Amino acid sequence: MAKQLYYEDVEVGIDIPTLVKHPTTQQLVKWAGASGDYYQIHYDKDFAIATGLDGIIVHGRLKIAFLVQMLTDWIGDEGKVKKLACQHRGMDLPAVDMKCKGKVTNKYVKDGEHCVECEIWTENPEGRKTAPGTATLVLPSRGK
Amino acid sequence: MSEASVMTDELRKQIGVAGEPLVVEMEKGMLRKFVDAIGDPNPLWSDEEHAKKTKYGGITFPPGILAAIMMVGNRPPIEIPLPRGLDGGGEWEFFEPIRPGDTLTIECKIGDLVERQISMGKAIFIYHDTVWKNQKGQVVATSRTYGLKY
Amino acid sequence: MAGDTLITDELRKTIGVAKQSTTIEMEKGMLRQFVDAIGDPNPLWSDEEHAKKSQYGGITFPPGILAASLMGGSGPWLDIPLQRILDGGSEWEFFEPIRPGDVITVVGTIGDLRERQGSVGKMLFIISDIEWKNQKGEVVATGRATLIRY
Repeated sequence: MAKQLYYEDVEVGIDIPTLVKHPTTQQLVKWAGASGDYYQIHYDKDFAIATGLDGIIVHGRLKIAFLVQMLTDWIGDEGKVKKLACQHRGMDLPAVDMKCKGKVTNKYVKDGEHCVECEIWTENPEGRKTAPGTATLVLPSRGK
Repeated sequence: MSEASVMTDELRKQIGVAGEPLVVEMEKGMLRKFVDAIGDPNPLWSDEEHAKKTKYGGITFPPGILAAIMMVGNRPPIEIPLPRGLDGGGEWEFFEPIRPGDTLTIECKIGDLVERQISMGKAIFIYHDTVWKNQKGQVVATSRTYGLKY
Repeated sequence: MAGDTLITDELRKTIGVAKQSTTIEMEKGMLRQFVDAIGDPNPLWSDEEHAKKSQYGGITFPPGILAASLMGGSGPWLDIPLQRILDGGSEWEFFEPIRPGDVITVVGTIGDLRERQGSVGKMLFIISDIEWKNQKGEVVATGRATLIRY
């Protein structure tokens, strides 16, 4: 694990280290089993096509779980994810790289908590943001 | 043309070698997921009231749970220079029921290695002997299963 | 047909009323399967020694666990004649960590219904308010989920 991130280390505008995922169809099956989401558009190509899709698509909620992983990797053991919002704006196909990215948009101290707000998103190989969202994180401060 | 034997003295030495014991906690969620996956509505596996009145006195796992990969245990690594693999089947003997909350220790060893000629060429049959014990030290089940490399 | 709406008076009555409650035992196996499925090696979720030294004092579930369907975060199921489903997105606020052994009760309530004409026809946006509580009655998280039926 990376070293602990502190509030003072963060400036508005900096990027969150990118987490690159490569969700294979096998990983979609694992996610189906682990999460309990057995909707066929995520593993049955014929079914997916019959519903009007081009093929199997990655679970939107797996993308959210990836984004949370990116955040918890970054904030370390003493940071907290306080709020998260994510919208599904594009479909992702399996077996291609998916970049989980983020950028700090605000930082402030409120009720004694050192908060950092960021934009987060997943990005497909064409550079399109398929699952944009926001997160509020609480970080430890060196000051206390 | 007779092909060279794949079985070597080195391979033969692997017979009897055991893998690291694997400890598995038999959680309720695993039971639910298993019976849901195979589509088995038998109340023995899910209905505490029903199961209480049976000889088991409570919910148990279906014996087929031992077929799940996660219940196979740690097989000793073995290098056989044949590219393809197939599961051959096996035989299981069941002694004690498995209940949610049990902790099973699984020990798996290579029981035998046998070279045979099959329709697709030379094959090595790998036999695994497995013992499942619960937290009370009771032997829950044993099996001899085999797979082939060809 | 003009004036046709998916949101009938009957459907509108479900707002604030239709609820779905589920209880989930947060087992260790579920945690292991979840972090394995997303491929998250963070020791906070798996290494008791490491996690003890963290702010949580022990292993916890990653916050992303709320994205798993079995956590009930999609809200109540409405019986409507629209077969296709898309996840429109979610937002959460986290208050307490979830630990293995916790028993979480999730209550989802229909918060709002909206209708939109999409390229594939009429789409119904079902917005649900979700609350997760643990066995101590603490609110672990709250959320809002959008499910699209079309």
